[in-house]
Amino acid sequence: MLVINNLHAEINGKEILKGISLKVNPGEVHAIMGPNGSGKSTLASVLAGRELVMVTAGEVLWEGKNLLDLSPEERSHEGIFLGFQYPVEIPGVSMVNFMKTAINESRKAKGMEPLSPSDFLKLMREKKNLVEIESGLTSRSVNEGFSGGEKKKNEIFQMAMLEPKLAVLDETDSGLDIDALRVVANGVNKLKTPQNSSIVITHYQRLLDFIIPDFVHVLYKGKIVKSSGKELALELEEKGYDWIKKELEQA
Amino acid sequence: MEKDQDKILNDVTQSDYKYGFITDVETDYIAKGLNEDVIRLISSKKNEPEFLLEYRLKAYRHWKKMKMPKWAHLKIPEIDYQEIIYYAAPKQRPVLNSLDEVDPELKKTFDKLGIPLEEQKRLTGVAVDAVMDSVSVKTTFRETLAELGIIFCSFGEAVQEYPDLIKQYMGKVVPYTDNYFAALNSAVFSDGSFCYIPKGVRCPMELSTYFRINAANTGQFERTLLIADEGAYVSYLEGCTAPQRDENQLHAAIVEIIAMDDAEVKYSTVQNWYPGDKDGKGGIFNFVTKRGLCKGDHSKISWTQVETGSAITWKYPGCILKGDNSVGEFYSVAVTNNHQQADTGSKMIHIGKNTKSTIVSKGISAGKSQNSYRGLVKVLKNAEGARNFSQCDSLLMGDQCGAHTFPYMEVDNNSAIVEHEATTSKIGEDQIFYCNQRGISTEDAIGLIVNGYAKEVLNQLPMEFAVEAQKLLEISLEGSVG
Amino acid sequence: MKELSIYEEQNLNFSHLTDHMEKLNDPLPRFFREAREKAAVSFGEKGLPDKKDEDYRNFPINNLFEKDFKYRFFKEIVHFDINHIFKCDIPNLDTHVIILLNGFYHGGDDQLTELQDGIKFGSLLAATKELPEVVEKHFSKYSGFGRDGFVDLNTSLARDGVFIYVPENSVLEKPVQIVNLIFSNKELFIQPRNLIVLERNSTFRLVVCDHALTTNHSLGNSVTESYIAKNAKYDFTLLQNEHNNASLINHHFIYQEENSRVETNTISLHSGLIRNNHFVTLDGERAENIANGLYLMDKNQYADNHVFIDHAKPNCRSDQLYKGVMDDQARGVFSGRILVRKDSQSTEAYQRNNNILLTDEARMNSKPQLEIYADDVKCSHGATVGQIDEEAMFYLRSRGISENEARLMMMYGFTHDVIKNIHVDSLRGRIEELVYKRLQGELAKCENCGFVNV
Repeated sequence: MLVINNLHAEINGKEILKGISLKVNPGEVHAIMGPNGSGKSTLASVLAGRELVMVTAGEVLWEGKNLLDLSPEERSHEGIFLGFQYPVEIPGVSMVNFMKTAINESRKAKGMEPLSPSDFLKLMREKKNLVEIESGLTSRSVNEGFSGGEKKKNEIFQMAMLEPKLAVLDETDSGLDIDALRVVANGVNKLKTPQNSSIVITHYQRLLDFIIPDFVHVLYKGKIVKSSGKELALELEEKGYDWIKKELEQA
Repeated sequence: MEKDQDKILNDVTQSDYKYGFITDVETDYIAKGLNEDVIRLISSKKNEPEFLLEYRLKAYRHWKKMKMPKWAHLKIPEIDYQEIIYYAAPKQRPVLNSLDEVDPELKKTFDKLGIPLEEQKRLTGVAVDAVMDSVSVKTTFRETLAELGIIFCSFGEAVQEYPDLIKQYMGKVVPYTDNYFAALNSAVFSDGSFCYIPKGVRCPMELSTYFRINAANTGQFERTLLIADEGAYVSYLEGCTAPQRDENQLHAAIVEIIAMDDAEVKYSTVQNWYPGDKDGKGGIFNFVTKRGLCKGDHSKISWTQVETGSAITWKYPGCILKGDNSVGEFYSVAVTNNHQQADTGSKMIHIGKNTKSTIVSKGISAGKSQNSYRGLVKVLKNAEGARNFSQCDSLLMGDQCGAHTFPYMEVDNNSAIVEHEATTSKIGEDQIFYCNQRGISTEDAIGLIVNGYAKEVLNQLPMEFAVEAQKLLEISLEGSVG
Repeated sequence: MKELSIYEEQNLNFSHLTDHMEKLNDPLPRFFREAREKAAVSFGEKGLPDKKDEDYRNFPINNLFEKDFKYRFFKEIVHFDINHIFKCDIPNLDTHVIILLNGFYHGGDDQLTELQDGIKFGSLLAATKELPEVVEKHFSKYSGFGRDGFVDLNTSLARDGVFIYVPENSVLEKPVQIVNLIFSNKELFIQPRNLIVLERNSTFRLVVCDHALTTNHSLGNSVTESYIAKNAKYDFTLLQNEHNNASLINHHFIYQEENSRVETNTISLHSGLIRNNHFVTLDGERAENIANGLYLMDKNQYADNHVFIDHAKPNCRSDQLYKGVMDDQARGVFSGRILVRKDSQSTEAYQRNNNILLTDEARMNSKPQLEIYADDVKCSHGATVGQIDEEAMFYLRSRGISENEARLMMMYGFTHDVIKNIHVDSLRGRIEELVYKRLQGELAKCENCGFVNV
């Protein structure tokens, strides 16, 4: 589904990703872990098409197509969802209007008719229940005045609405208390199907107690330095990142 | 730090302007009044080259056509420019070769001001140019600096020794046509400091100029020119005091800074001219034009000012951000008490691409004073990616004073981001109460709170000045709470 | 359509002003004439403001009078039904409509019309006959003399503007709508002069729409004085949706007594040139003033909002929010001044001006000012000039929203905090729609306010 080959990328002339290769098949959950500054968020940005990041080498294929040719909205229409580490506040734009536009643009891209207002509201209600988001949040402006936890729940709610094929969750666990974390993780798990996949980017192991990954990759200094099953996360938790660093130095 | 605080608190208890004494020294005056002959006389006394005299005369002729600016939020009494003495110099031998040649009275004066002219007594790391009335008395550490190729001397000496540099740079940032007081200064300027930092040199010590007005009925019109060549760095300080006199005295100075590619200049001022007495009698009129030109790419000019003195202050240190990626900064604390008036702020002109400017202004008004922030942020059409942030806060103490904010934002480029924030509030009663409850007197509490309020700016000052400035803030606010 | 009557128009020649004053005086009462004469003297001395005047520093006054404007001293007699040329089509906007045609009250001058409970409206001229003591108490008291040449000019020519009187304790649920129509084959310089009086405990909502029905160049110089007595509530919305040949200079003087509350919304969507001078005097304790503004300009349009809030008494509160979007070569100016007078303790005053520049050639000058002489105050102001937040744009696009749509949403969101304050629901709905169309670059006029060529 997603194939990343030897990806190099830089921000403001500074190389952050130095040759990343990764393959994600339908139904898989990949966790990407790594110390701060290793390039985790940059990778997420490349996948979603943030202009700030410049790809200098390598390729990203999405269902056989060149993903890098697509605009951010086209990628969204293709079924790629980015859960932001810092969801953006957009004063004056209501959640309802925001989601309605997003859904209908996506339908338009697929040659479908826009949802009728009643169907749309029904969908909203349904998904709200699914991800346990408070009703009040969706009647406000996008993320405006939301707490950290509310913003992250809102990301999961949007994911539920857009039903992506690939969800890239960038540090969705940061700044969450354990209850909020559980809500977010439950949401992710409920949305899981054999067809869709996720890339969970995290610094800590604790999210992976709730979302069980099929693969764990360690990103360090812009490269994936270790890939293994879910047990790697536990090992990292125990030994810390220094262990990997040492291993690398010895090699 | 604890000790500093104690010392500050002690100092707070002794009020009044402590620099108000007069030095008894024989002074060479010229007759009061202003005309072309006076200008010729000043020029000849300073043995100036022809081009400078020409410049002065042109400036004078231009000034005669101009009118006092009226737009500031100030009440300026009529100034009779014919009643002012434009040149006064302590009498001494013309060339100073060693410290022994400085008049002992003058030496004593600067000792009293805390500016010893002996190099060994000075805190290491600060070179001083001491200016009394119209002339420079002594510049310390000249030789040490010269070894690095740094020129640091009085303006008068620079005219004699480096006329080409003067000719090349003087009046290029602040032309004599700039404004009324700049024109006046350009016609009659006396002494001041000159500094040139050559390519790639980081000046190892703080350079400073200490300005002292001593003679009565005179005006002080100094002129400072600072040039930082490619990759150079210098931190420059300026301090000023004047005796306590009943009449107003005019101070109209010009400071010009030029920063080439990658150069950085930090210019700090602690302005403590005599502010006049409690009833608003006497005090200095401080009408100053200060401007820096970030000529080169990646250059940076930073102004920091602590303004506590002067009866009336009119000054807007600014930066012309011409080089791409150049940076301008302005940090100011302006305190007004009793009958003082201040209209001060900054001008940031964005011309180059990706230029950045920051303005942080903290105004504190007490007594019957009026304190205004006035600032211009202008983004020209081609200044792609220009960025400005201005924060201007005012603190009011007492119900007889005024605090005003007049920012001007003129943006002609759509990639620019310009932001201005300002608040005005009074000192928090709950804060004072909290301090009181902990056994701190109201007066001391205000000192603490005001220093906290001004910290962002004070932090920009070099260490020794920061302590001095903190003390000044508190002394200036003496008696502001009843 | 019936023909307009033949009437006399004068070339704009200010030196002849006083010649016509005499004619205009009849049958006005003495106090009214005196005010007009005083204004004429003041105008004669100072004339119109120029570039040297700090308040008109950015204002293109010289271009303004390049046109050969005509001025009418007297009301024209129209022999046709105004409803044939104009009907406001805002759905469900149920208002009492008052028409000003070419600057003059459209209707009889003999008496005022009573709506209910003593609430009356009509021409100023009729008011001087029917409620002379009210007019005398308020007319030109808030506009003053000698502060602005445009105001003096208007005062010296005042006669046939709109007068509205809302007596004590009366509450009018249905808003009144004043429609300023321009309908002429000449290039007109019009001078509407309005007086609105709200007595104690009254509640009143007013909507003013500026509409030129003909596409000739026109220049409006209107002055409205609003007096708001103790405990009264006043809600005012001005909608400026003109064409590029229309220039509007508009002055509103609001005088508030104790515990009164005034909310104004100034929405400038379209016009070649707009200058709004908005003056508020809070002259009673606990008075509150909310002033909101929105200006969306493109092409070579110019929008200039000057707001002055005078806190003359303690315990008052004011809050300003002005937002602008400048496209093409449009130019915006905002100047907001808050004055807190000595002894106006416990004042709260806030001011915010945010602007977006969409193109390289759009320009914005912002000058928020605080002038404070009392110490127990909470005042703040902020101004920004910038562009659409790219981070938010990316967020929207990553959700599948196209770049264009995202930009539109962002701009619409930007304008929302102003529009949401409009309390007349149907009007808010229409303004939302107009703003949306405007942001999409469509020339959005109310349908029936279309152009008619005479």
